[in-house]
Amino acid sequence: MTLEVESRKETLAEDGLPVEELVVNVGPSHPSTHGVCRVIVHLDGEIVTRAEPVIGYLHRGIEKMCENRTYLQVVPLTDRLDYVGSMYANWAYCRAVERLAGIRVPERAEYLRVIVCEMQRIASHMMSLGSAAADTGAATMFIYAFDERETIVELFEDLCGARLTYNYVRPGGVSFDIPEGWTDRLLEFCRTHRVALREMDKLWFGNVIARGRMKGIGVLAADDAVAWGASGPVARGSGVNWDLRKHDPYSVYPRFDFDIPTGSAGDVYDRARVRLYECYESCRIIEQAVAQMPGGPIKAEGLQRLIAPRPGDAYDHIESARGSLGVYIVSEGGPRPHRVKFRSPAFCNLALLPLIAEGHMLSDLVVCLGSLDPVFGEVDR
Amino acid sequence: MAFVDRLGEILSEGGQGGIILTSIDALADWSRGKSLWAMPMGTACCAMELIAASFAKFDFDRHGSFPRPDPRHTDVMVVAGTITRKMAPAVKRLYEQMPEPKWVIAMGNCAVSGGIFFYDSYSVIRGVDEFLPVDVYIAGCPPRPESLQDAVLRLRELISTESIAPGVKHERTLSLPRSGDVSFGVRPGSAEEGDAE
Amino acid sequence: MNITELRDHLCEQHPDLCPLFSIEFGDGVLSVSCDKLYEAASGLRDLGFDRLGMATAVDRGETFEVVYRLTSRSMSVGIFLKCHVPRDAPKTNSLFPLWPAALWQEREIFDMFGIDFEGHPDMRRILLPDDWVGHPLRRDYTDDRMIRRPDYI
Repeated sequence: MTLEVESRKETLAEDGLPVEELVVNVGPSHPSTHGVCRVIVHLDGEIVTRAEPVIGYLHRGIEKMCENRTYLQVVPLTDRLDYVGSMYANWAYCRAVERLAGIRVPERAEYLRVIVCEMQRIASHMMSLGSAAADTGAATMFIYAFDERETIVELFEDLCGARLTYNYVRPGGVSFDIPEGWTDRLLEFCRTHRVALREMDKLWFGNVIARGRMKGIGVLAADDAVAWGASGPVARGSGVNWDLRKHDPYSVYPRFDFDIPTGSAGDVYDRARVRLYECYESCRIIEQAVAQMPGGPIKAEGLQRLIAPRPGDAYDHIESARGSLGVYIVSEGGPRPHRVKFRSPAFCNLALLPLIAEGHMLSDLVVCLGSLDPVFGEVDR
Repeated sequence: MAFVDRLGEILSEGGQGGIILTSIDALADWSRGKSLWAMPMGTACCAMELIAASFAKFDFDRHGSFPRPDPRHTDVMVVAGTITRKMAPAVKRLYEQMPEPKWVIAMGNCAVSGGIFFYDSYSVIRGVDEFLPVDVYIAGCPPRPESLQDAVLRLRELISTESIAPGVKHERTLSLPRSGDVSFGVRPGSAEEGDAE
Repeated sequence: MNITELRDHLCEQHPDLCPLFSIEFGDGVLSVSCDKLYEAASGLRDLGFDRLGMATAVDRGETFEVVYRLTSRSMSVGIFLKCHVPRDAPKTNSLFPLWPAALWQEREIFDMFGIDFEGHPDMRRILLPDDWVGHPLRRDYTDDRMIRRPDYI
């Protein structure tokens, strides 16, 4: 099941020599597909002529399940969507519910949300960079990157008791206030993380083999990125300067000073570099947010356990580590949503795989796939 | 079994080395239990903890359990994550490709029972034991990496009761790490119960 | 650009679309009939809506409501484009020729609701296996293997 030849079609070339088109099936369980993705690859020798992703191996029907749960009971389900960055789906969903039900969130909760989501961005990018590095053969980088992620996971565990599925952001606020001494550890992490990032920069981006594997591979033009609905580091790597934190600002993001790193070539290398630089920017945002954070309540006053908004539909989106994550909720009155739709960035980004993998070698296919950073909980929902 | 575990000690006591008598089953179980290469069947969230378990902080390798993505190299399949009706045939086929003897660890609530997706989901298989023989279950959503390490130790206990002859079961426990040091409780059908009968 | 400026801009450029525009929960909504969907969409694209953010559908009983969310980078504003297709003949035009992003998103709608998109180059199931019976996100979908959650509240 890992890598097998499905069929052979033999044709004759112009000079009379037989030419075979190989159809190779990669996945759905393959160490380099970053989850349960299957790619049907048509090969001319070693060159990919067509790559067709087959998804849905992790389709769990979360959108259907939401229809039979109250607004609050949906929050744990959102954790399981993007399991590398659970906080984002929590927040996007809660923002849509708050918009629908007219809930005002206290300022301290907004700051806490920004802090945890920027931490989550670092954790998610560490996972993405690490596994992408492993695809190019740099397994050491994976271990260094995962070490950084582990520190954040420990901080999250102290904050809300879970390592992976946090259920931290709730409609109207967040579930727990920060424990004593937590911000000091967070700021200490930001300091050490910058050093680690510089090390990783040298270790991986400075490596001639890794550069050779990434430069000029999987080029995505800026026009294509926009037309195909790409977002996040995939679009920004192609030079599309589009980040919801800056261009459709939400929460308290306008109060922070940060930059949006963009690439220019649109290849795998630029996408990875955008992710690396975003980690620096996230550290900047965390430090500013910790310094500015006001006191006060962390949950909205007078919040009902059973939220029953008036009929209507609301959409809200945030910038997740993978791009713009939107949640569309339709209410027909009553305590349960009529329809919840998650607009997942990974789903839209993965649709670009046939575009960017074509014409490259089979071994570059996994590098292209890794650079799109799909998380299949979110792709398949 | 403890006899094989203390092999080095006994040999050094004997001074010149020498002859040790043990059963083939004891030797086979001992060697099988100490090098459980794992097929990481990570599909969803639990896969993250599976990766975390094998990395620096938890260091899964020290239990002799090394993740190999090729089913033909592995002894134990760790099903970590939700299995859907679309994925199940692939999991089954991967299991069939593993050489005997083979074991299955169901990691996380989804693989145990469907977990959070038990109700209202039209595509989730409610527990991987619907189509695979599961030996060890780990609860949690997701379980911590320590739980996975515990599961490997439990699996070793289970292996210590097996025989290379088909259909034969031994009533004994593999004591870890050394006889009498750690108690893992009494399982049904273990040596203590056997004595009482 | 805020939402009232968008309305004024839209009314100026496309007077025929103006009466169909409404504001709901702070978002602009353009409800059209499905035979005018493609026309309205291409009008909006010329107006500067260069991204198809989301495409989905909602089961409204007699009809399915097809919902597109378009965003404009130059104007920093989003808009909903909605149309109703009848339940017994769910069919509408594909927006794939305008935005390739619709390729997978419309396949997902077909998979989940059974709405057929004319002009779509690859109308197959995407998430579920090809031999699946029924379209799960319809409200009346039933499945032998599905267990309904008991009502605790």
